[in-house]
Amino acid sequence: MSYDVQAIRKQFPILHQQIHGRPLVYLDNAATAQKPLAVIEAITHLYTKDNANVHRGVHTLSQRSTDAMEAVRSAVCAHINAREVAEIIFTRGITDSINTVAFGMGALLQPQQNVVITALEHHSNIVPWQMLCERTGAALRYIPMNDKGELDLSTLEVLVDENTAMVAFNHISNALGTINPVKTILSRAKAVGAWTLVDGAQSGPHALVDVQDWDVDFFTLSSHKMYGPTGLGVLYGKREHLEVLPPYQGGGEMIATVTMEKSTYADIPHKFEAGTPHVEGIIGFGAALEYINSVGIEAIATHEAALLDYATTTLSTIDGFRIIGTAEKKASVISFLVEGTHPYDLGVLLDQQGVAVRTGQHCTQPIMDQFCIAGTARASFAMYNTIEEIDLFKVALERAVTMLR
Amino acid sequence: MSTIAEKQAVLIEEFEFFDEWMDKYNHIIEMGKAMPVLDAVDKNDDLLVQGCQSKVWLKAEKKGEYVRFFADADAIIAKGIVAMLIDVFDNQPSTEVAAADLSFLEEIGLKDHLSPTRANGLMSMIKQMKFYALAFSSAN
Ligand SMILES: Cc1ncc(COP(=O)(O)O)c(C=O)c1O
Repeated sequence: MSYDVQAIRKQFPILHQQIHGRPLVYLDNAATAQKPLAVIEAITHLYTKDNANVHRGVHTLSQRSTDAMEAVRSAVCAHINAREVAEIIFTRGITDSINTVAFGMGALLQPQQNVVITALEHHSNIVPWQMLCERTGAALRYIPMNDKGELDLSTLEVLVDENTAMVAFNHISNALGTINPVKTILSRAKAVGAWTLVDGAQSGPHALVDVQDWDVDFFTLSSHKMYGPTGLGVLYGKREHLEVLPPYQGGGEMIATVTMEKSTYADIPHKFEAGTPHVEGIIGFGAALEYINSVGIEAIATHEAALLDYATTTLSTIDGFRIIGTAEKKASVISFLVEGTHPYDLGVLLDQQGVAVRTGQHCTQPIMDQFCIAGTARASFAMYNTIEEIDLFKVALERAVTMLR
Repeated sequence: MSTIAEKQAVLIEEFEFFDEWMDKYNHIIEMGKAMPVLDAVDKNDDLLVQGCQSKVWLKAEKKGEYVRFFADADAIIAKGIVAMLIDVFDNQPSTEVAAADLSFLEEIGLKDHLSPTRANGLMSMIKQMKFYALAFSSAN
């Protein structure tokens, strides 16, 4: 069956509106994706029929909410092919997931050890490790990248050594779209016995990940980038690691027993889920996963690859158009500059014409520093974007450039 | 020599001509392009206006009772906005700049139109100009 993008667009009410008198062209999907009706309705259903606090009540509504929430945990487990449901932890997002691991490692890390990240990371996969290294005296190392925005793996053997405790990196770069060679990096980490964490913020909506096939120790997803609600993320971790990792928040739900002197922790996953969870987010995320799977993640990836190809070719005909990040393997992100214009000005004038793009550093200041630029404008595509929208984007961009030069 | 109020009235009249924001932006951009650039030595961190998304440099000089302003920016819309402020404030008595009410920003709709971060940037520019003017007028 062919990919019916118009049918998909019908499922996203927000897309059907005018911005400054022009049809909205939403190309800021790497920042956050829009939500299909299925997600909106699941949340409405929760609040009109099932809402209650989870895991606590014997009454029917509490049971329903708990069952619905735990069904999503199972769905996530199946989606990434984890070994068991207890390995799926609900967090506030990727930032929270990474902080959970980095904080917990504070109790395990020795000063002579090191943590390896890459030059391509989002701030949320840099700062928690910097904090960990400051606390423990461990060293933080970066795998460098080349001018195309690809990691330079010739340094891998030297950087990842016997003292490496953790290798943490993203699957796909949000700023440049680079798809990183996950298995190569993981296998080096494994050879020296280091733990591994993959930030799946940008792969969640575009690629299927099998955590057992990768044999990765920690993997993270963000609901809001996957057509689900904001404020919810997933931390997958291997049971044996989650059991030794201390929790970084204490409170209700995460304990087995509490006395005034001492508490013992609940088993995983609850040990890492202090407080009332984001039930509405979890239920919405379940609907988002179902929706993604009903369209088919491979079909989505194929559609987006076609959009990326078309956009790259057609936009490159604009005089002075320059793409930042030209890796061989790229996801549907185009970070760009146009000679003689500032990205902020482009962003404002595109918005005036209904086109939403992101401008700035994209939470990746070190990447911008390496390219010696203050920032870029970035267009990123999702399952509901069309070739016609790219044409509208191009016309709007040309008009903006003409005004600015 | 026009007063601050007269300068504002002229700008309001100019903008009344445009219905669409794209045209208003075009006008702002043209003002930015027309403004003389700062020398490279003046584009240093000391002259950077804090709180703008793009880089805006602002320089002030005391000329007796009057104040002169010079500015530059790396983004052209920001530069056009600061050019409008300079159009209103440059070569005016410091005491009047310090006390001025910039109603034209509301009249032309710029204040409502800008996103909160950009509106903050605009407020920072104005604050910085008034700060210089106040310092100069108390030195008189
Ligand atoms: C690569 C990458 N990592 C991490 C994050 C942060 O994710 P969250 O918003 O779930 O904290 C983002 C989102 O901006 C991202 O693109």
